[in-house]
Amino acid sequence: MKRRDFIYLTGLSTAATLMPGIPVFGNPISPERALERIDPALKKQMADVALNAARSKGASYTDVRIGRYLNQFVVTREDKVQNIVNTESYGMGIRVVANGAWGFAATDKLDKDSIARAAELAVATAKENSRLLSEPVRLAPQKGYGEVSWKAPIEKNSFEVPIKEKVDLLMNVNSEAMKAGADYITSILFLVNEQKYFASTDGSYIDQDVHRIWPTFFVTKIDAASGKFETRNALSAPMGMGYEYLNARPQDKINGITTLYKGRYDMVEDAKAAGAQAGEKLKAKSIEPGKYDLVLDPSHLWLTIHESVGHPTELDRVLGYEANFAGTSFLTLDKWQSGKFNFGSKLVNIVGDKVQKGSLGAVGYDDEGVQCGKWDIIKDGILVNYQTIRDQAHILNLPASQGCCYADNWSSVQFQRMPNVSLQPSKEKKSIDDLIKNVEKGIYIIGDGSFSIDQQRYNFQFGGQLYYEIKEGKITNMVRDVAYQANSQDFWNACSGIADESDYRLGGSFFDGKGQPSQSSAVSHGSSTALFKGINVINTARNI
Amino acid sequence: MPILTKDEAYALLKKVISYSKADECEVNIGGGDSANIRYARNSVSTSGVISQNGLAISSAYGKKVGTATINEFDDASLEKVVRRSEELAQLAPENPEFVSFLGPQTYQESKTFVQTTASITPKQRADLVAQSLQVAKDGKAVAAGYLEDSIGYSAMMNSKGLFAYNTATGTNFSVTVRTEDGKGSGYATRGYNDITKLDTKTATQIATQKAVSSVTAKAIEPGKYTVILEPAAAAVLLERIIFGLDARTADEGRSFLSKPGGATRLGEKMVDERVNIYSDPWHPDLPTSSWSGDGRPQEKTSWIEKGVVKNLTYSRYWAEKKGVKAIPFPDGIIMEGGTKSLDELIKGTKKGVLVTRLWYIRDVDPQSLLLTGLTRDGTFYIENGKIQYPIKNFRFNESPVIMLNNLEELGKVERTVSVESNANYLLPPMKIRDFTFTSLSDAV
Repeated sequence: MKRRDFIYLTGLSTAATLMPGIPVFGNPISPERALERIDPALKKQMADVALNAARSKGASYTDVRIGRYLNQFVVTREDKVQNIVNTESYGMGIRVVANGAWGFAATDKLDKDSIARAAELAVATAKENSRLLSEPVRLAPQKGYGEVSWKAPIEKNSFEVPIKEKVDLLMNVNSEAMKAGADYITSILFLVNEQKYFASTDGSYIDQDVHRIWPTFFVTKIDAASGKFETRNALSAPMGMGYEYLNARPQDKINGITTLYKGRYDMVEDAKAAGAQAGEKLKAKSIEPGKYDLVLDPSHLWLTIHESVGHPTELDRVLGYEANFAGTSFLTLDKWQSGKFNFGSKLVNIVGDKVQKGSLGAVGYDDEGVQCGKWDIIKDGILVNYQTIRDQAHILNLPASQGCCYADNWSSVQFQRMPNVSLQPSKEKKSIDDLIKNVEKGIYIIGDGSFSIDQQRYNFQFGGQLYYEIKEGKITNMVRDVAYQANSQDFWNACSGIADESDYRLGGSFFDGKGQPSQSSAVSHGSSTALFKGINVINTARNI
Repeated sequence: MPILTKDEAYALLKKVISYSKADECEVNIGGGDSANIRYARNSVSTSGVISQNGLAISSAYGKKVGTATINEFDDASLEKVVRRSEELAQLAPENPEFVSFLGPQTYQESKTFVQTTASITPKQRADLVAQSLQVAKDGKAVAAGYLEDSIGYSAMMNSKGLFAYNTATGTNFSVTVRTEDGKGSGYATRGYNDITKLDTKTATQIATQKAVSSVTAKAIEPGKYTVILEPAAAAVLLERIIFGLDARTADEGRSFLSKPGGATRLGEKMVDERVNIYSDPWHPDLPTSSWSGDGRPQEKTSWIEKGVVKNLTYSRYWAEKKGVKAIPFPDGIIMEGGTKSLDELIKGTKKGVLVTRLWYIRDVDPQSLLLTGLTRDGTFYIENGKIQYPIKNFRFNESPVIMLNNLEELGKVERTVSVESNANYLLPPMKIRDFTFTSLSDAV
């Protein structure tokens, strides 16, 4: 689903009122219908029609994705339910190689004739494209897995939870935030179930069931006298989990200057804190610009990892395929080939991971039938690998794809997307307090805020939700108007402390945009709290 | 699915309404075809043709509303979708902000449909891309680009007798050309309703020229500079003011348009008096639909006149509550300019920076509308009326409100496309003093 569609359906933007009242990515359905399943045997029959039709027209390789994409949103503000939407999108995408070129066609009519016609169209498109090709597609070898399946290890299917229970939760969230001092709150539950079937001429028939959940809110507090306002967004993470994510137990909470959440989330408690903290932000001291040591919480650091490590290690960007939109990458192949490009300090170990339990990127197999795994991208500070798919593996002399292929819908062409890219925790015992106690002049940043980075991923600027000043090893007071700017390589070389595994948490994005036409993907980034020395902080306050 | 004519759409919608048993209902229908070709590394990478259509019906019982959609238009399917929306409405909680659907309206005909775009062939599309690729190859440079064209119709009807219909065509093109050594990069983007106006060859030549002339960029100190923003760069900043024109957010005190004590800047001078911004659905160079998605007529509307905020946008609920006219969010934004070309603006500049494109624009502070982002694909130092040399890219932190107060001069208006929102605008190049660059970027 595209961010634009999300904004439209949630009614979060007035600009959305210009769009005709048609949800463009799926059809609203009754909640009960979301629980119906499609028999894999039927999907295999449909897939075989496509595989055979494409082969008979001259395709040397074909893969078929039959996708049923279910979304549910519940959107509220203050004491009102604004929207409850159930949508479904169901259809088939067929991708082929013919005459050495890719071709793609998709259909939502799943009778035999329509499927065969789409397969023919995909082959015809490939043959047309082959005339403008500079080099033929080279696919890394991939064995067929036969008929296999994978299910996200969820405890409670969100689509089975009654709407009323969800509405009651959000009404409680809003009421607690208002009681704690918020003037406005918008809260949203966003639930996703991708039922994906993949088949290819390699002999795989893969049935997968993927679940995601994202509870979030936006609180605003206004000081009427001065006309100033401040916001505080939820500290939740979107997760590859079921409704159990909303059942936080004592062991899921990290108590500190504000409560942080690990693996489970207490939305009501966080809303209450947000209501109060939005008011505190209004009274906080405006930051003095300069160099600070930054202690970054995982609820903030995930986005810095995403932008400054995740995107520049996408091999398609490195090669120039995204040059016209998202951009290219400073991590050029020669830096990888040298084997000694110091991306970060020796403490920095970053992995690509498509299997981590509870993460947004976790699947058994990617969207071109490759079994997923985990690999090093930055090892002891050195760039050692990228993220690849089948037609790129040969460029890195890899024997197989790393399983990073994804399409956001049956009607979208799959391409290289980011796996979960995560900073590994310290192996030595180290707590958040251990990091803070060695900081003389610093800022502790919690939650993600404003973010911007250049098209080759050198220069970035990030804000957060909560900023606390650190003086001589102790958190003193809240500050505001903070953003930090750095160069990716300088920043990661300034990493001088990482907390241990007991602090490791996931953050993530439901709407990572890439490609033309733009596609969204959901991805997690894990880390423990980390310390970065001497980072440039600017003051963002202005008067207009 | 063919494009439904006005009569066909009317008959189909009439039938859907006839199935309704709710207190009131409203139906939107729309569809069309779009096609795209994507290329990179001087070679086509993907292409696609997408045909979509859909019908959405909202049924209301009192203030309980349910919406359902369908993409099959036989009688049984249409009746089924009406019933489903009614079931969902019965299950929904009351929405206190629901406003009864709008009654019949009169619309002037839109000028958004151009037959030549509607009848484009795959060969024409491929030729447009081939011409772009040829320019890059001839210039020993590397092109990555995207061409998209579309034809579509939309119509709506409700149980109160409102009926609206429109057809539209459009094309957006963008190309990034990089030198083979990766040291220079240039960009061009074009948007039209009429694809015969699209000249991919000239656009790619401009991008190539920018790429070649931006090689060996020098680093200059960040700080406050006089800048000349080409329309593509100005668009991504200016549109943030437009996106923020919502009256409710301003009235609630959480917008750059809010003032202490609950007042707003509506009616006040906010920017330089030479700033005039309006929307006009019948402007020949930027035609847009004559009605908004909820049936409200789009009229020629002034948003900022001589620097004064003239109008804000309203939802029908908020307008009713405030007792004012419910002006919908506009489709096409036009800013008045001057008579000078970009070259003439450069000629009149003693010291400054020419910014051809801005990128990754994000809000930093909604209170001041402070934005951050970076220059990209060709940034140049101007001295004594001439471009002297290419310079390294900058990160900026600036508010478009402050920027329009620091206005020096406006050039000749042209149609451009926002790389952030894909929206088309008519904007002049702008010369702005004291534009705030806060750091350098090594990106090319």
